Amino acid sequence: MSEILQLQSVSRRFGGLQALRDVSLTVNKGEVIGLIGPNGAGKTTLVNVVTAVTPATAGTVKFDGQDITRVKTYRSARLGLSRTFQIVQPFAQFSALDNVAAAALFSQPGESLKAAREEARRHLAFVGLEAQSGQQAATLTLAMRKRLELAKALAMRPKLLFLDEVNAGLNSAEVERATALIHQLAADGITIVMIEHLMKVVLNVCSRIVVLHNGQLIADGQPRDVMTNPAVIEAYLGQQYAQRIGAHG
Amino acid sequence: MTRANLILLALIACIAALPLFGGAYTLRLGTIACMYAIMALSWNVVGGFAGYPSFATAAFFGLGAYIGGVLLARGMPLAAAIPIAGVGSFLVAGLLGAALLRLRGHYFAIASLSLIEVFRELVNNATDLTGGGMGLNIPLAASAGVMADATFFFYLMWGVLLVTAVAVIAVSMSKLGFGMSCIMQNETAANMVGLNTTLYKSIAFGLSACFVGAAGGVYAAWVHYIDPSDVFDILYSVKPIVMALIGGLGSPLGVTIGAFVYLGLEEVVWRNYIQIHSGVLGVLIVLLLLFLPHGLTSLRGWRLWGRAKNV
Repeated sequence: MSEILQLQSVSRRFGGLQALRDVSLTVNKGEVIGLIGPNGAGKTTLVNVVTAVTPATAGTVKFDGQDITRVKTYRSARLGLSRTFQIVQPFAQFSALDNVAAAALFSQPGESLKAAREEARRHLAFVGLEAQSGQQAATLTLAMRKRLELAKALAMRPKLLFLDEVNAGLNSAEVERATALIHQLAADGITIVMIEHLMKVVLNVCSRIVVLHNGQLIADGQPRDVMTNPAVIEAYLGQQYAQRIGAHG
Repeated sequence: MTRANLILLALIACIAALPLFGGAYTLRLGTIACMYAIMALSWNVVGGFAGYPSFATAAFFGLGAYIGGVLLARGMPLAAAIPIAGVGSFLVAGLLGAALLRLRGHYFAIASLSLIEVFRELVNNATDLTGGGMGLNIPLAASAGVMADATFFFYLMWGVLLVTAVAVIAVSMSKLGFGMSCIMQNETAANMVGLNTTLYKSIAFGLSACFVGAAGGVYAAWVHYIDPSDVFDILYSVKPIVMALIGGLGSPLGVTIGAFVYLGLEEVVWRNYIQIHSGVLGVLIVLLLLFLPHGLTSLRGWRLWGRAKNV
């Protein structure tokens, strides 16, 4: 397997807050990785650092062999690095179709608006929003807007896709539907890194789990190993509980 | 092309018939109407399409007036001076925009406002080139009488308006306009889908300055004398915003109608309430905005048209 994304000793500091500390991580082509960690662990910061929304203060990020540590966000998007937002970011006044068309239009240089709309229709159908294609994005339900985010990310023909809590705020039927979509994407060969709080989903789709805690990478490996890793249990449940489990197990 | 844009072009075509109906006063009003419409349409590109509330209109109007004025004073023909004023304003605005447009909202508004002051001081101090505070005399073009002059400058301003309207409509239908709309709605998301937001914003700012600069050049030739406090008047920045709000933000037809309505109000109020005209005009604007916050184009009949078009 070849590497698609490489983080070398990446740190990010916001004033006095060290949001990421010396994180090194390699993502291989075709992998589906679950990025987990307690609230405030630095998961979204990691995505923001890779997409240069908030560039790393130290360390390097390589994508497909190219150093993208300080590459502008719109450029890395054109290289095939796309993401969804935890707090959905639609173009509120556009129709669902034009939202996806915008993604197709600006990520592929030389694309025409007409061709972009054609392509957008395909992606909307894939996420099951073809009936809503004419509807204003602001009027869609949260579940639909999450799927719209996904359609937008796909319209950029990503090589690597970051999914930032696509399932947060969805009910169980909607989660199942979203999970099926992710399975399908993985089957299509798109490399996925997903930030996810629902362990059911993570264990269901991810072949590897990476755990962040206080900005540091504390575990990286097979789901089963990570789940029983004492450091991970301690990060989530506290030292006392981890010791109790340790004593029993 | 949408219905509203066709109506806009038809409206501008109708204005061309104005010299058939009126005397020098009507033509003067018509010329100012075209100038206001150019300002409103231009402001709409950066303020309405891209969502950046610029107060720099007066800065580029003045810049264009001085580029045009200085060139004309040195004997360059009008046909060359006006385009140079437009292109020069576009380039200056585009370059400044790349820096200024990193600011958003109120911060951008204040920064763009300061451009007026900066340009005015530059012109004030470049006495050798611009005449400084003494103003700049622009030689009369070979004159064939008062009416012929009035008609000529009316059509010149009208021509700039036509070019502005065609350009703005073309932008609104293009990838460029689509991108500006993305930026207005959600700049973070626009960046994330691969849109070069800095470039698009700079072009928007440049376009909003280009035609205003050309209009400034025409204005300089028209009035024959300009001085810094006249052409760098902050009211030239405020008026286009009021016009756009009266007519309907974002719609080229709306802001053009807004410009004409504003000029009508200004004239009527000025004529009848000479002592308190600013106050009366202010009250009228406040009332219009209170009761029609989305502008004249949001009136019922228009809305029905809009719906029908979007289905």
